[in-house]
Amino acid sequence: MIPSGFEYHRPNSVQEAVALLAQLGEEARPLAGGHSLIPVMKTRLSAPEHLIDLAGVSGLKGIRQEPGHIVIGAMTTQYEISGSPLLAETLPILRETSLQIGDPQIRYLGTLGGNVANGDPGNDMPAVMMCLDAEYQLVGQSGQRGVRARDFYLGAYDTARQNGEILTEIRIPVPPRGHGYAYEKLKRKVGDYAVAAAAVILTMTNGKCTMASIGLTNVADTPLWAEAAAQALIGTGLDHAAIANAAAAAETITDPAADGRGPAEYRTKMAGMMVRRAIARAKSRAQN
Amino acid sequence: MSRVPVKMTINGRAVEALIEPRTLLIHFLREQAGLTGAHIGCDTSHCGACTVDLNAMSVKSCTVFAIQANGAEIVTIEGMAAADGTLHALQDGFRQMHGLQCGYCTPGMIMRAHSLLKENPNPSEDEIRIGISGNLCRCTGYQNIVKSIQYAAAKINGVPYQEAAE
Amino acid sequence: MNDMTPTQAERTGKLEGLGCRRKRTEDIRFTQGRGNYVDDLKLPGMLFGDFVRSSHPHARIKSIDTSKALALPGVKAVLTAADLKPLKLHYMPTLAGDVAAVLADDKVLFQNQEIAFVVAEDRYIAADATELVEVEYEALPVVVDPFQAMAPDAPVLREDIKDKMDGAHGPRKHPNHIFNWQVGDKQGTDAVFDTAEVTTKDLFVYHRTHPSPLETCQCVASMDKIKGELTVWGTFQAPHVIRTVVSILSGIAEHKVHVIAPDIGGGFGNKVGVYPGYVCAIVASIVLGVPVKWVEDRMENLSTTSFARDYHMTTELAATKDGKILAMRIHVLADHGAFDACADPSRWPAGFMNICTGSYDIPVAHLEVDGVYTNKASGGVAYRCSFRVTEAVYSIERAIEVLAHKLGMDSVDLRMKNFIKAEQFPYHSALGWEYDSGNYHVAMQKAMDAVGYPALRAEQKTRQEAFRRGETRQLLGIGVSFFTEIVGAGPSRNCDILGVGMFDSAEIRIHPTGSIVARMGTKSQGQGHETTYAQIIATELGIPADDITVEEGNTDTAPYGLGTYGSRSTPVAGAATAMAARKIRAKAQMIAAHLLEVSEYDVEWDIDRFKVKGLPEKFKTMKEIAWAAYNNLPPGMEPGLEAVNYYDPPNMTYPFGAYFCVMDIDVDTGVAKTRRFYALDDCGTRINPMIIEGQVHGGLTEAFAVAMGQEITYDAQGNVMGASFMDFFLPTAVETPKWETDFTVTPSPHHPIGAKGVGESPHVGGVPCFSNAVNDAFAFLEAGHIPMPHHAWRLWKVADGLGLHA
Repeated sequence: MIPSGFEYHRPNSVQEAVALLAQLGEEARPLAGGHSLIPVMKTRLSAPEHLIDLAGVSGLKGIRQEPGHIVIGAMTTQYEISGSPLLAETLPILRETSLQIGDPQIRYLGTLGGNVANGDPGNDMPAVMMCLDAEYQLVGQSGQRGVRARDFYLGAYDTARQNGEILTEIRIPVPPRGHGYAYEKLKRKVGDYAVAAAAVILTMTNGKCTMASIGLTNVADTPLWAEAAAQALIGTGLDHAAIANAAAAAETITDPAADGRGPAEYRTKMAGMMVRRAIARAKSRAQN
Repeated sequence: MSRVPVKMTINGRAVEALIEPRTLLIHFLREQAGLTGAHIGCDTSHCGACTVDLNAMSVKSCTVFAIQANGAEIVTIEGMAAADGTLHALQDGFRQMHGLQCGYCTPGMIMRAHSLLKENPNPSEDEIRIGISGNLCRCTGYQNIVKSIQYAAAKINGVPYQEAAE
Repeated sequence: MNDMTPTQAERTGKLEGLGCRRKRTEDIRFTQGRGNYVDDLKLPGMLFGDFVRSSHPHARIKSIDTSKALALPGVKAVLTAADLKPLKLHYMPTLAGDVAAVLADDKVLFQNQEIAFVVAEDRYIAADATELVEVEYEALPVVVDPFQAMAPDAPVLREDIKDKMDGAHGPRKHPNHIFNWQVGDKQGTDAVFDTAEVTTKDLFVYHRTHPSPLETCQCVASMDKIKGELTVWGTFQAPHVIRTVVSILSGIAEHKVHVIAPDIGGGFGNKVGVYPGYVCAIVASIVLGVPVKWVEDRMENLSTTSFARDYHMTTELAATKDGKILAMRIHVLADHGAFDACADPSRWPAGFMNICTGSYDIPVAHLEVDGVYTNKASGGVAYRCSFRVTEAVYSIERAIEVLAHKLGMDSVDLRMKNFIKAEQFPYHSALGWEYDSGNYHVAMQKAMDAVGYPALRAEQKTRQEAFRRGETRQLLGIGVSFFTEIVGAGPSRNCDILGVGMFDSAEIRIHPTGSIVARMGTKSQGQGHETTYAQIIATELGIPADDITVEEGNTDTAPYGLGTYGSRSTPVAGAATAMAARKIRAKAQMIAAHLLEVSEYDVEWDIDRFKVKGLPEKFKTMKEIAWAAYNNLPPGMEPGLEAVNYYDPPNMTYPFGAYFCVMDIDVDTGVAKTRRFYALDDCGTRINPMIIEGQVHGGLTEAFAVAMGQEITYDAQGNVMGASFMDFFLPTAVETPKWETDFTVTPSPHHPIGAKGVGESPHVGGVPCFSNAVNDAFAFLEAGHIPMPHHAWRLWKVADGLGLHA
């Protein structure tokens, strides 16, 4: 499997990268870790004429804290995310999720920006970002704008990112200290996309759920924010009935494809099952 | 398509070449640098037979363009033994514990284990299994690979290797 | 004797012979990345070939336009069927007596079938050029379901042989029919079924899968036009057979064809056959006069070169109420794909499927197999098993479980009741085999004791009760299998490949200083032959294994052999090795007697030397004898110390084993987790226990993969699904269970060292063990037979069908 030929560009700054994208138009693709793009180029499902390697662009890497937010540079790798003490303290769901992506080699190179920006419904981080209400910073020639993860995914490989824009960083509101969290992913083996997966964060006060958010991976042509499912938990003690209601609500918004991971019916039910298990685990982790 | 210059250090040796940008790192290593230890098994970044060290990270060189490794330090299986020919503890461990059969996955497996042991010098069995989960082996069933890595870890740490009961 | 004189044990130990956990010779190069695999080969001026493949599963080819590809700089040639036709090479013979297209002629018969072969300066240009070849198709209706293949209105697939109603194995009933093969006593079997107290009948489908070694199939062909000689390096499990086939196909005399199999990155049956890539690389090299390399990618490997299984086995048992099995009846519908390219001995269209009576004393049986063509890739190879033995063992071991359930008996008790008894060996089975040796009751009892079988059943009962009370969502399955393999093909009276008897060979030369080079007709693909053959020789000749070099794979130097598959290396070439060594030892005995100035009847062999009977201090070591063989021989004796043996085995060997699996199944997700797997193998004499355990680990891992998800599927339109390692289930270290190994030793009475072969047993016995564990977990809910592969989603559907999600 050999990719088609392309011209290689390695800009040093975001401005330079954006200028290149504008100049080269639709035949140009930004290259981050390459673990989504290079495989499809090798099968020639994708044959961009220009690759703009973002590895040399300064300022796209790193994890920093701002008041109320964590900001992660788009070129930050899954490996760096799983190893970050700051994220372990503030957003432990990111570590839990990143360790379920690909395999060790892929996590060294695969980036958060690549994972959330390319629009593959099988990617894990988009649902987590919807769950966390993250905002993506997009930079184009006309300037910078923020798009909420919950508004970003339009269809399979179709996102709100315009041609000519580059994702530079992801801003994530820090959930309250002591929140419960879980990313439950059912997969056939290491390295596989999810049959279904659920991201849950929630807070408990005096035995009642006071905040909850749920995201779903790979059970529709986009990642899903399961708003009604989360709503079903608020005010409850996360008893069996509440969890069942949330799972049922999550199942209703799925529209999975049938593939080697199973028929649609199964994947819908597994979305519900992952929601159940993620809530249970998040509950066990939440400080009351 | 125009060719681009690329320069990297492979097993301590500086290598320069003019390549097509689409040249995959695995092909660069095997066909231009003459290092055939890393292999291609799946073409889709699942099997890890192509694993090499890139700036101290183990990566799948079938899914990296050589140009992305411009300026990088690469170590391949050929760079693991000492200059006097003494085998690395992992190379010895794989032989002692029968951690290979056809040998095709072995260079990638050893390179991955090398990076794993650098990060975690004393891994548990589960940590080893997770650590090598990006590398497929069709022959051994992994059990003896786990032992090989444990053997090497003990040797590197200077402690006697104790085989867990089967 | 003084303290410095080595003891017998020390002398034996120094040899590292039979029974020694000797470290492998091969590993020194493999651990340093110095293996020598086909794609490592780089020759001056070498070109690279790549295929244009069919996007359709069944279509007429209306036109092929290669002009754009030929115009691409760096492209040297594009071969199509039109180029091969004048050479009569557009079709090639298969091992099964059929022909297979090298490049599609008028039509394509499966998706990804080879249509054109592009030859270019490097693999990048070749890949670009394949995209520039334009093929115009006219789509035809497809046959995907083998049960529809012989329908009266089914589209005719093989127009090339549509009028040839007499096939390689007898008459054909339909243009899509390949053969009908029957073994056993039909009338007698039917009569028993008519009156039996208890009968079972189930369709057991052994799904289509693929051997998928980590290295794909590949070759380099190099025609030297000046010398008129062709050299082919390739991933060949049977290099000599390839040489003969290449000679016949190309018309180049066999002594001018040099076939070399270098290191092979796993075979498992994938690398026995001849593939279009080999033929095209050879033709291209002959035409262009330069070396041509061809290397499959993984998608091509999984979707074109040699699938395995795809057997649809309607299996019946007849028994008494108290569990004595009286008869067996099986009908198999075999899906062979577009061409009959099974790699079986010529006279065995369904391989050794007639080993299907298994380890049981079944008085009468009948087996019938119908092979059919479909719009799928061809193959049907023996994937990590002797020919169709996995299918046979799966069938009987599932049937035993079904019968036990119907009788309300524990399946272990049913097996014990029906096992062939130790005193019945050599045992003649109802379907024609002579089992050489076995002690099944002892093996089964040892295995039961090791796993604590009664306690496991008690735990299962407790779990079932808890499940019914709603206290757990996990089912517990206990899988049992007891298998008898039939390996070491085979006696030339009934086994041949393209007319060449399935003997094998060894040549041993002792150099004057006492070191040895030995060459065999087999070819290791990871089994460690360089290590283990040396151990046989070490014990037979008293030369340390470290002083013995074993070479295979070069047809110029190795004696003719039939290669490595069907666990035949140890039973056949291993026997040849021992026999060749014994010829040398007989000569050495005469030389020793001459040196010791006694009669040859007055010396006896002692580990590494001949000593004078009764005078142990008077001896000559084999090393001393070797020197003498080149300078001090008995009068009239031919100098040198070497021998060749071609070994035609008197019988197959019959390894066996008892396996147990303990599995938890989550009914809410269908995920199954194996918490324990115990494998007892009896492969006769054990040459290197370390290597045996490694073979068992590997075979069990492939068994786990096949049983739990490793599958090639086609959709209703004939598109091949999931031909990549994303979907094709190769487990990682995380999913793979831990293995416990154990053994008994029942030597083969007819093998020179009593060894039976082991590489495939764990796969053969492992698959039904996993499947039985899954079935056993659901059996108390009356789930009926649950077909493989046991993907989570399939098990979830079983649970759903039983109302467990209500």
